[in-house]
Amino acid sequence: MDTALADLDLAARTLRARIIETSHKTGTPHLGSCLSCADILTAAYFGVMNIDPAQPKHPDRDRLILSKGHAAPALFQALAMRGFFPLSDMDDYGADGSVFGEHPPTPDYLPGVEAATGSLGHGLPMGLGMAFAGRLRGSQHRVFAILGDGECNEGSVWEAAMLAPSIGLDRVAAIVDFNKWQATDRSREVMKLDPLADKWRAFGWSVYEVDGHDLDALVKLLRRVPDGSGKPVAIIAHTVKGKGVSFMEDDNNWHYRIPTEAEVAKAKQELGLA
Amino acid sequence: MRNAFASEITALGEADPRVVLLSGDIGNRLFDNFKARAVGRFLNCGIAEANMMGMAAGMALNGLRPVVYTITPFTTTRCLEQIRVDACYHKVPVIIVGTGSGLSYAELGPTHHSCEDLAILRVLPEMVVMCPADVTELRLGLRAALQQDRPVYMRIGKKGEPQVHAADPDFAIGKAITVRKGCEVCLIGTGNTVWTMILAAQGVQARVESFHTVKPLDEQRLVELFNGYAIIAVAEEHSRIGGLGSAIAEWMARRGGPMPRFLPFGVADEFPHYIGSQAYMRERMGITPEVIAASVIGR
Repeated sequence: MDTALADLDLAARTLRARIIETSHKTGTPHLGSCLSCADILTAAYFGVMNIDPAQPKHPDRDRLILSKGHAAPALFQALAMRGFFPLSDMDDYGADGSVFGEHPPTPDYLPGVEAATGSLGHGLPMGLGMAFAGRLRGSQHRVFAILGDGECNEGSVWEAAMLAPSIGLDRVAAIVDFNKWQATDRSREVMKLDPLADKWRAFGWSVYEVDGHDLDALVKLLRRVPDGSGKPVAIIAHTVKGKGVSFMEDDNNWHYRIPTEAEVAKAKQELGLA
Repeated sequence: MRNAFASEITALGEADPRVVLLSGDIGNRLFDNFKARAVGRFLNCGIAEANMMGMAAGMALNGLRPVVYTITPFTTTRCLEQIRVDACYHKVPVIIVGTGSGLSYAELGPTHHSCEDLAILRVLPEMVVMCPADVTELRLGLRAALQQDRPVYMRIGKKGEPQVHAADPDFAIGKAITVRKGCEVCLIGTGNTVWTMILAAQGVQARVESFHTVKPLDEQRLVELFNGYAIIAVAEEHSRIGGLGSAIAEWMARRGGPMPRFLPFGVADEFPHYIGSQAYMRERMGITPEVIAASVIGR
């Protein structure tokens, strides 16, 4: 593993550990969803995005919208680790009056957040608006929107999917965190999601499938946006819900379960951070 | 009003490079001038209003001044959650224009009517709700709306509305305009019922007010009116639940003290299961100058 990749790997493991610890301390759920997108967030924030945490409103910054807003605990930790605000800002996580809870606040209330999500199906349309604004200004910035596979039940996702290629927005990437679960069941059983990559392709997107836990592959792929095809980019990231902790992986109970102290310790051990 | 909107937004779009017009597959040819003068800033978003509203919010978060335009139910209730979360919660300057509001599209049936929009949009935090009476108020209102740093909803009619103002009045969001002076009764209209009130006032010493802004409510003006008149009527092409009449009644209840006789006119709490023109529906629903005059003045 080269140094850069080793750094990314450590960042991803640290991110996971912080998410799990915070879930235990604050009773914040959606651990499985957070862990499934932890590598995508790590690759984007630490290996790809053109951002300067000291200038969170820089007009030419790359934007990332966590459209699956219930994974906000992962976003908060990633933003803090990247330096958008001190880690100690999260000392009041989950307390009355804090901005750190289950979903991202609006950008005015936390640097680094591009959109307050939580209701599914909102992030991609907002991302298209941001990409349109960027194009109008002649900016080279890119917009990454991370969607859940369950989120792809929402009609507004497909409204956006149909419009983006029609107007040639090629600096947008929709990254589907395809962990095969939604809140109550396997995502391909709740609604007919398959073939997911073909759906995006049929809508006119340039589609890539990737192992959503392969940091090297994620970084290389995300750096290719825009990919020269003139189309928006859809990345189907095959992931595992609860990834990184053996007893959480692919167990949908961790959509809502909160880890005990012993489970936190075991998880950190598995992550090599005990 | 549609044409006035098109020409005004063209002028504003030409002057301000931040203005972007989003349309939901409506207004064929109406915006040709805008397209020619604000090149690249007209976007037909198709028949997909949720995405259109979300995109507008994303644009506004990134420094643009998007104006979203389609038929009222589709630019309001169809994408209400995007308005609530993406525009209002983020407090971004999206201007939402609903055309053919109230019963303007009477002939098209209740799918195209909008007699609930004021109630539904008014309750959203940060939202400004405007209802211009004529093309003058539309023009001035649109200009004022573009100066706001928060979302604005503007309900407009379709075409051929009577002209209320002979000259440009002083216009500010949240400041009602006195369109006729009189000391016996006070008649308040909003949007196309301002003209209704002017007709109802004929032959009476009636003051007529245009409440072009439903939210924020002009409470200062209400104090003056409620202190000065024993009879106050409000008419709107909107449900009697939740619109301007309700807003004033809420204010009146909060204020307490002696209350004038308060007469709200609007659409009953039911869908019309019949067809007809806007005038016919208004008549059947009792939103006519004659009915208002008879109730208020007893003539």
